[in-house]
Amino acid sequence: MNLRRALLIALPYAWLLALFLVPFGIVLKISLSDMALAIPPYVPTLDIAAGWTGLKEFFSQLDFENFVFLTEDDLYWRAYLSSLRIAALSTLITLIVGFPIAYGMSRASDAWRPTLMMLVILPFWTSFLIRVYSWMGILSQQGLLNQFLLWTGLISEPLTILNTNIAVYIGIVYTYLPFMILPIYASLEKLDDSLLEAAEDLGCSRLQAFWLVTVPLARAGVIAGCFLVFIPAIGEFVIPSVLGGSRTLMIGKVLWEEFFSNRDWPVASAVAVVLLLILVVPIILFQRNEQRQREQEQ
Amino acid sequence: MRKSILPLAAALAVGASLASAQEEVRVYNWSDYIDEELLSKFEEETGLKLIYDVFDSNEVLETKLLAGGSGYDVVVPSGTFLQRQIQAGAFQKLDYSKLPNAVNLWDVIKERTAQYDPGNEYSINYMWGTTGIGVNVNKVREVLGEDAPIDSLSLIFDPANMEKLASCGVHFLDAPTEMIPAALKYLGEDPDSQDTDVIAKAEPVLSAVRPYVQKFHNSEYINALANGDICVAFGWSGDILQARDRADEAENGVEIAYNAPKEGALMWFDQMAIPVDAPNPDGAHKFLNFIMDAKNMAQATNYVYYANGNLASQEFVLPEILEDPAIYPDEETLKNLYTTTPYPAKVQRFVTRMWTRIKSGT
Repeated sequence: MNLRRALLIALPYAWLLALFLVPFGIVLKISLSDMALAIPPYVPTLDIAAGWTGLKEFFSQLDFENFVFLTEDDLYWRAYLSSLRIAALSTLITLIVGFPIAYGMSRASDAWRPTLMMLVILPFWTSFLIRVYSWMGILSQQGLLNQFLLWTGLISEPLTILNTNIAVYIGIVYTYLPFMILPIYASLEKLDDSLLEAAEDLGCSRLQAFWLVTVPLARAGVIAGCFLVFIPAIGEFVIPSVLGGSRTLMIGKVLWEEFFSNRDWPVASAVAVVLLLILVVPIILFQRNEQRQREQEQ
Repeated sequence: MRKSILPLAAALAVGASLASAQEEVRVYNWSDYIDEELLSKFEEETGLKLIYDVFDSNEVLETKLLAGGSGYDVVVPSGTFLQRQIQAGAFQKLDYSKLPNAVNLWDVIKERTAQYDPGNEYSINYMWGTTGIGVNVNKVREVLGEDAPIDSLSLIFDPANMEKLASCGVHFLDAPTEMIPAALKYLGEDPDSQDTDVIAKAEPVLSAVRPYVQKFHNSEYINALANGDICVAFGWSGDILQARDRADEAENGVEIAYNAPKEGALMWFDQMAIPVDAPNPDGAHKFLNFIMDAKNMAQATNYVYYANGNLASQEFVLPEILEDPAIYPDEETLKNLYTTTPYPAKVQRFVTRMWTRIKSGT
């Protein structure tokens, strides 16, 4: 029986190893290399045929030059900070929009829930790229939104929304909204109504009961939703490049420039490694903290 | 006929039989750059299955090539990029014995492209053109008055003009290798300078007008100009002429004009070459030979409004294109055109960093 258990545990670890650690190792290795005009465009490459000396030679050529370079130019820190800010604000807006929707869904009658669920998932049936592109048609100067607002007489001049940060926020909130709604809904759906009744019996108003019972119980869903939105939003490249303007500075775009315009894979890899550290370290700390709290409660 | 799921671009190849065992040729070309009828014609004539994908920046193509194993048989980099990619060993030499139609090529253009590819050993010219100014004539005159300098770099590099034009929308190319030489030319400096001190002089010029640039992009301006969403674009000649054509077809009252700047315009060459690891080099040669056919090349030019490097094709090129100095420049204009060479890695980094600083304002 022990073998079966070991195998069961080994499976997710093998998955992590093959799809996360090995690719990360490759990226890390490239980030320690030097750029070259060749295929692939960096040196050294590992020559396994050369055996042990080849390996030694290989490692002696790696250095941290590219990471030092990142600290010398303020572009990178500004891009990281700007991405963090855009991702954080988008996550907050997504939460503010998503929570009431999830709450409404969980309070809806059993007959309606599958339909509402379907409506949230429906956009996934269209390609992400096409949905982002269609926002160009909505937000442009001659777009649907401006035409509608002009028609209602609310504005007399078309608004410039496309190619600004506002369009980026709209794009991110729109795209990632289902990732916020679904986990919150999952945690609210399990909520036992009798807890709310008990709270009201004990003298809570409905609002108090909501704050003291519903919100804390939805916490796990809110945290999961925030992570699901925040993490991909930081590295987002498609939305800022399609909807954003020349002033939108995000690390995804900087990474693209390093990779494509400079052909500097080593620096691009260093940017990616630092991005990963920025994301992973806070998450690990947060999870540790959560775990400690849980243990204390027990 | 068996059906299979194909990428969008390949779906254009209508009428082809889609048996999976069929020999394939994969071509990677610029977007909006061929008459799609030619694609099905090639399949009919050769019995090969053509997979045709598109890109819109040299950088994207170069990254794919340098990563290796791009899977393409024919690619179309511009001259300066081609030169560097040859150095990196990205291409195989052409076998001219398989390219009988190469006799159709135009000496004048071959001489110029030999600057990037000595002896034209690795590439043939597909199209060439200039980088210049596209305007929505009526809107620009409305904003700047009747004598707006629509044929001068001062239209886009003088902040006084740009401040006014911002209200109707300006797009620049997102290509530092095009914009920086233009800014240097405007200053009267050598546009092909490899000296970072000289290149740096372009930064204040571009930064001064950046606040008035709505977007830096390499293909959106075709539609944006044609729809009247923007009034000025600094872009590639044929793309702007395509916008002119689309606006005419839509009869939306938008009148587009293209001018190579009178201060001097960048002349570029898009070259067809075969990657060193092409899966089907034989098919690639067949494609090149097909393209170099005088009638086929003329059909492509008649569709995309770019001049080609094929002398024999001129017989079949529409007179309105052949006689348009914006497309086939006369001797006088030709003298006013300049070319550039690739930047070394260190200078390239300097240029890209400067470009990021210009675009993002940081």
